[in-house]
Amino acid sequence: MSRTENLVSELVEKHGRSRNSLMPILQGIVQEERFLSEEAMIEIARELNLSTADVFGTASFYTFLDTVPRGKNIIRVCKTISCHMKGKDEVIEALEALLKIKVGETTHDRNFTLLTANCLGWCHKGPVMLINDEVYPELTPHKACEILEAYMKAQ
Amino acid sequence: MRLKYADNVIFRNYLKDQAKNMEQIALTIDNKKLTVEKGVTILQAARTIGIEIPTLCYFNLGDLQIENKPGGCRICVVEIEGRKNLAPACVTECATGMVVHTHNIRVLNARRTVLELILSDHPFDCLVCSKSGECELQSLAQKFGIREIHYQGEKSVYRKDTSPAIIRDIDKCIMCRRCEMMCNDFQTCGVLSAINRGFQSVVAPAFEMNLDHSTCTYCGQCVSVCPTGALTEQDHTRSVLNALADPTKTVVVQTAPAVRAALGEAFGLPAGSLVTGKMVAALRQLGFDYVFDTDFAADLTIMEEGSELLDRLTRHLKGDPHVKLPILTSCCPGWVNFFEHHFPEMIDIPSTAKSPQQMFGAVAKTYLADKIGLKRKDLVVVSIMPCLAKKYECTREEFSSDGNPDVDYALSTRELANLIKQANIGFTSLEDENFDDPMGESSGAAVIFGTTGGVIEAAVRTAYELHTGKELPKLDFEELRGLEFVRSATVDFDGLPIRIGIAHGLGNARKLLEEIKAGRSRYHAIEIMACPGGCIGGGGQPYTHGDINILKARQKAIYEEDKRKPLRKSHENPSIQRLYEEFLGTPLGEMSHHLLHTHYFDKTGEVIISE
Repeated sequence: MSRTENLVSELVEKHGRSRNSLMPILQGIVQEERFLSEEAMIEIARELNLSTADVFGTASFYTFLDTVPRGKNIIRVCKTISCHMKGKDEVIEALEALLKIKVGETTHDRNFTLLTANCLGWCHKGPVMLINDEVYPELTPHKACEILEAYMKAQ
Repeated sequence: MRLKYADNVIFRNYLKDQAKNMEQIALTIDNKKLTVEKGVTILQAARTIGIEIPTLCYFNLGDLQIENKPGGCRICVVEIEGRKNLAPACVTECATGMVVHTHNIRVLNARRTVLELILSDHPFDCLVCSKSGECELQSLAQKFGIREIHYQGEKSVYRKDTSPAIIRDIDKCIMCRRCEMMCNDFQTCGVLSAINRGFQSVVAPAFEMNLDHSTCTYCGQCVSVCPTGALTEQDHTRSVLNALADPTKTVVVQTAPAVRAALGEAFGLPAGSLVTGKMVAALRQLGFDYVFDTDFAADLTIMEEGSELLDRLTRHLKGDPHVKLPILTSCCPGWVNFFEHHFPEMIDIPSTAKSPQQMFGAVAKTYLADKIGLKRKDLVVVSIMPCLAKKYECTREEFSSDGNPDVDYALSTRELANLIKQANIGFTSLEDENFDDPMGESSGAAVIFGTTGGVIEAAVRTAYELHTGKELPKLDFEELRGLEFVRSATVDFDGLPIRIGIAHGLGNARKLLEEIKAGRSRYHAIEIMACPGGCIGGGGQPYTHGDINILKARQKAIYEEDKRKPLRKSHENPSIQRLYEEFLGTPLGEMSHHLLHTHYFDKTGEVIISE
């Protein structure tokens, strides 16, 4: 059994084989492997007796279930109206310049992926970004870069 | 005795359910008062009083219980007094005292807005779209008199996916999800699913791969139910026209049984009109050198498949432990694809007999070519099929010789109708003509191949007489007929009870296969057809737009044609007898084995994972 197959089978043991287990299993894979490989999705479909199209359809629906390889740290900048009005574009531009990548891309060292996200529920403190599970509200381009530099140093 | 709390609740709920079941709902729709049973939707209720609320994503194949109602398109919205928002009629259940308006100005404007929004993200390809004239979106736009679109915005663009049988043009998809319902719920193939989110969402196979890399069986039921031109068939009419115009080629055509019971619909004849003679005349006018009948090959299939059934039964009765029973029919190419993809461990159970289309091709390119003094490569075999999987079947490598396919082109019933129209042949006023010899003669047993239950009935007629040496007392096996999804019957072979199972629709076939897999199957023989109703409801037939009565009429026509035939048993067909005498030898003999039998492949590993 490959590493992914082992992981899927562990998660299936933990969460069960019903349709309801699909989401926690997908989340579990993303947590471990940073994204859902085709191998993983085929294996999940086999284990849960679902069609691969169904598993892929579910995975591709959710922004937080990545189906392409991502970096070690994922930055998600909220792109919804309130954050937009509070200047999320400038924040993104600053981050792009610092990381030397565009939104949707991953740095060469695979340490950072820059993405946008739909409303994060922090409209009162926009613009906001999420690095992994950490929320950073009330950003300015300068503040965003400072936060990110700390992450870069920690690598 | 006091009831425990839980018992009490159960009892109360039971009483409530009882009351509910009997409950009649009185409501008003468009100022008309009516009473319906609880659970009936506004759409259904309105229909009972002659009000047809327009629908788009909604699909219902009558008593076959094939239903799609995601409530997504919002074309069927109605106003319910006292409710703030308009409600979709297809999913809103009637409630007591409801006052519903199905065509006030608010409703009409909402429907128009919905239509315009759908159209704003739809190509204006109607002039060159193969679905034009049959498109449900187009007819709604006409019905509502849409003359301009007030909304402009981004249009979704997606690559076109071309497989040997089905073309996906997702730009024309309106996300009604009917294809998904057919593919997943009815056929249990699980190929199609909604992928991605919001404006980016499309219906696609896993990993957005192309259909020919997926486990698609090409049954074509997604095409049958698609309201627009998003899913259509691979069209070969131009290739056929070119072959007909080529003076170096002799072009032979074969017509499947279910085509004659549906082709007339394309020319305005009522469903169930039998147009066998007119179809032959039209094909001859189109310039086919020989007009033959797939029914001839169906009789041949029965000779081989029936003999195989008897052979396996005899061996089984003699105590051979290796013999595989039940035997499964193998003439439906969608079904063959299904078990190759989903039940690879069972590929030695189906009959090895090729389908009638392929038997015809194999015999035409050998026996017939010899007879008329032609080389294989100068003979073009065209088949007219109610089916899209046949298009794929004839491209399978094992059905060709030195790169030359046994059957060159498979056209659907719809494509034939287009060919006839293009050639300005006045179809309805044609005089009936007969098929050519030597591959045009057929029995009634062959005709019923076109409906669910027909292949096994045909096989029983022949197997019974070959086994018992006696004449059948009665030819019509009513117990094998009908439209129920899974049927079974026991036929008495002169003291030997033969247990027969029948399923149509691949999801229903799956149930019988799971039984076999678990060792619980009690059948000797099982007939399976992929499409609802069998070939009469095939993916290549004129569109029914969900009218179950059309399928019923076609089925009736097939049994009528059977009754009309002077010969009703395959083994009594003199052309078949002559073919065995002159060329093949005996059923299951060496020559038959070489030309008329095939083998199946484990295709589970064939699904290619994208890079």
